[in-house]
Amino acid sequence: MANNVDALYIFLLVVSGMMTVAIFTLVLVFAVRYRKRPGQRAEQIDGSHALEITWSLIPFCIFMVFFAWGAIIFFQERKPPQNSAEVYTVAKQWMWKFEHMEGQREINELHVPIGRDVKMIMTSQDVIHSFFVPAFRIKQDVLPGRYTVAWFHATKAGTYHLFCAEYCGTMHSGMVGSVVVMEPKDYEAWMGGGGNQPLAVTGEKLFTELGCVTCHRSDTQGRGPNLVSIFGKPVLLEDGRTVVADENYIRESILQPGAKIVNGFKPIMPTFQGQISDEQLNALVAYVKSLSQAPSGQTGGRKMATATP
Amino acid sequence: MASGERETYLNKEYGIKSWLLTVDHKRIALLYLVSITFFFFIGGFFALLIRLELLTPAGDLVQADTYNKLFTMHGQVMVFFFLIPAVPAVLGNFLIPIMIGAKDLAFPRVNLLSWYLYIIGGALMLYTILNGGVDTGWTFYTPLSTEFLNTHVVTAGLAIFVAGFSSILTGLNFVVTTHRMRAPGMTWSRLPLFVWAHYATSIIQLLGTPVLAITLLLVVCERLFHLGIFNPALGGDPLLFQHLFWFYSHPAVYIMILPGMGIVSEIVCCFSRKRIFGYTAMALALLGIAVVGFLVWAHHMFVAGISLYAAMIFSLLSYFVAVPSAIKVFNWTSTMYKGSITYQTPMLYAFGFIGLFTMGGLTGLFLASLGIDVHVTDTYFVVAHFHYIMVGGMVMAYLGGMHFWWPKISGRMYPEGWGRLAALLVFVGFNLTFFPQFILGYMGMPRRYWDYSHSPEFQILNVLSTAGATVLAVGYVLPMIYFLWSMRYGKPAPDNPWNAAGLEWMVPSPPPTFNFEEQPVVTWEAYNYDEIKEEVPVAQ
Repeated sequence: MANNVDALYIFLLVVSGMMTVAIFTLVLVFAVRYRKRPGQRAEQIDGSHALEITWSLIPFCIFMVFFAWGAIIFFQERKPPQNSAEVYTVAKQWMWKFEHMEGQREINELHVPIGRDVKMIMTSQDVIHSFFVPAFRIKQDVLPGRYTVAWFHATKAGTYHLFCAEYCGTMHSGMVGSVVVMEPKDYEAWMGGGGNQPLAVTGEKLFTELGCVTCHRSDTQGRGPNLVSIFGKPVLLEDGRTVVADENYIRESILQPGAKIVNGFKPIMPTFQGQISDEQLNALVAYVKSLSQAPSGQTGGRKMATATP
Repeated sequence: MASGERETYLNKEYGIKSWLLTVDHKRIALLYLVSITFFFFIGGFFALLIRLELLTPAGDLVQADTYNKLFTMHGQVMVFFFLIPAVPAVLGNFLIPIMIGAKDLAFPRVNLLSWYLYIIGGALMLYTILNGGVDTGWTFYTPLSTEFLNTHVVTAGLAIFVAGFSSILTGLNFVVTTHRMRAPGMTWSRLPLFVWAHYATSIIQLLGTPVLAITLLLVVCERLFHLGIFNPALGGDPLLFQHLFWFYSHPAVYIMILPGMGIVSEIVCCFSRKRIFGYTAMALALLGIAVVGFLVWAHHMFVAGISLYAAMIFSLLSYFVAVPSAIKVFNWTSTMYKGSITYQTPMLYAFGFIGLFTMGGLTGLFLASLGIDVHVTDTYFVVAHFHYIMVGGMVMAYLGGMHFWWPKISGRMYPEGWGRLAALLVFVGFNLTFFPQFILGYMGMPRRYWDYSHSPEFQILNVLSTAGATVLAVGYVLPMIYFLWSMRYGKPAPDNPWNAAGLEWMVPSPPPTFNFEEQPVVTWEAYNYDEIKEEVPVAQ
């Protein structure tokens, strides 16, 4: 990705450099060539429609190349590949908190292996922050109240700057960290340390503790929708709309259950706004997502928890 | 008035009351000139402190909170109390009635009211500054501004709110004046481009500024009364704020730059002794920028969390607005072709404007390109880009215009040698300050960082930038000194020191209160340099 961005950047530099040189040269040449000389008067020229059209259309065509190339890169940047490793991120004044699917938690440091697509699922506890890793050429604002997503694919081991790029108060410039890119085997070793509980397992426990499981059963008898295999699928709502069940949809359904009622169900779910932390919310989202993974998936398809009386 | 001396708008009456209660557009222009110069130097002082702090990677000169206040107030003062009023309220106010052959603006009292509103807004801003300041960033992003800061957000917001009405009233006055007050024969196609530029600007001021006013009021309401509008914890949407804010604040860039384009058109024609190349295209380009400029605001939000397709549409539209800007640069350049060019101070500023605006515009194309914007937005690349437009473009044009019309305004000539020296200092100082910031931005230095001790590799470029800022400061102080000096000691200016075309050069310098002794009738096209036999006199 960084290479694509740099290639476009160099292309832009060359093209706009040529335009700049052309204009500067013309201005300077005219300024010298047509400087005031005794006995010589300016020659009046009113303009030329042909020229106006030419120098509108040619730049316009060049601009369209800039646009299309930039849009293609952006499109890739905004579409995380399937099966990316996911890192749930909570930003707050003034630190970054990361939680891997395997359950490792980090603050201001993010360890990732070479050669894996990593998808950052991010939210903020307070104000707007922005996740910026200059070496990867990616940046994404992190907002309170919803998830935003960024992804990258590191190719070279090393430690890279992580900056908050959206002004967030007093210690904005202290909200920095690093992304540590490791060889896969070093990463495995790092991962292996400490018996962490995978995020989806944490979520599963919460799902039971909070009583979600009593309504969201894995059969058709529940008072709430069956959540198995819903992630990434379209959901038909009571008002006839269809939405895709992505991370933001699950998040919203937990915090504001009345916002989008699934067709055929009643708006009886209580809100969890203010009752669970962003980290717990992330675990629940991770759990619901895990219900949709094929059994051969990395974390293994999980069975939906059964109600324990 | 001394006996035997000609009566002018300056010596008609004396005393503080004759200024504070004047309804003469020329006197009001001077009131504005004094006020915006005051705020320019306050904003400039903040900028110097910012540059000094960034000389070293560690945060050592000021505290983090102080630094945040400095860049916030630098932005707010410069944008709302200098750049936006600068050209329209000073040069536009002074020149538009004279250029179209009118005695005054359509609503002289409203014109005075708009200055008082500016002063009330300015007083609120000063109150904010003196009472500990505000640290929202000039952009007031929510929910930071509404929930998380303990500084004077409300007074700063109200200051800008009030000053906004000053801007709206000026715009209203210019629109009506341009429609209703033109002298016989002054058809739309004979208007100087300076007037066209202000007409386009006024439309933006009229349509855009109310949105800013509403937005700031909503911020104040959320902050004071916890109305949930922008804060998600109260059920609001922080992106709504950004949409509303940029709906004004992107067009506001054109409020700042279009009048500058008007000035440059006048100067280039005069010092090339040429009619403008492509008059119609130039006028249409001004209107085109004003209209399309309203449709590109979300290019400030590509990484803010807007949808993929919204981002693509706004990227595309941003390129549309670049076309008329390109047309303008090509036309200025072509105007010089086969001209008879001299290099007085105003022309040097015009050269500077064309060069710096070109670079500012082209780097804007980088930012409009989605793939690049993701990397460089909110870094020093953006800071450098908009300073190339707003300082390199707008302030260069403003200074060029001040030198060009200073003989008309004051009745005195400024010292040409000092003028050229200052123009050179501004150009060199500006580039030294801001060019390194493009590189810093691509290297990844985020804007609004007080401390970069984690990245010492940024230091060299920051040192260059600070060095440039000191040169730039000298370049800005010099004109203020010699303009003041010239008011007493400058050579008396002839009515038309540049042998320039345009009605403003046919009235005495300085003009009488009602501008024209008798109603002028216009029978010539704009920039009729073919009919003016004299060249620009050689400077001493």
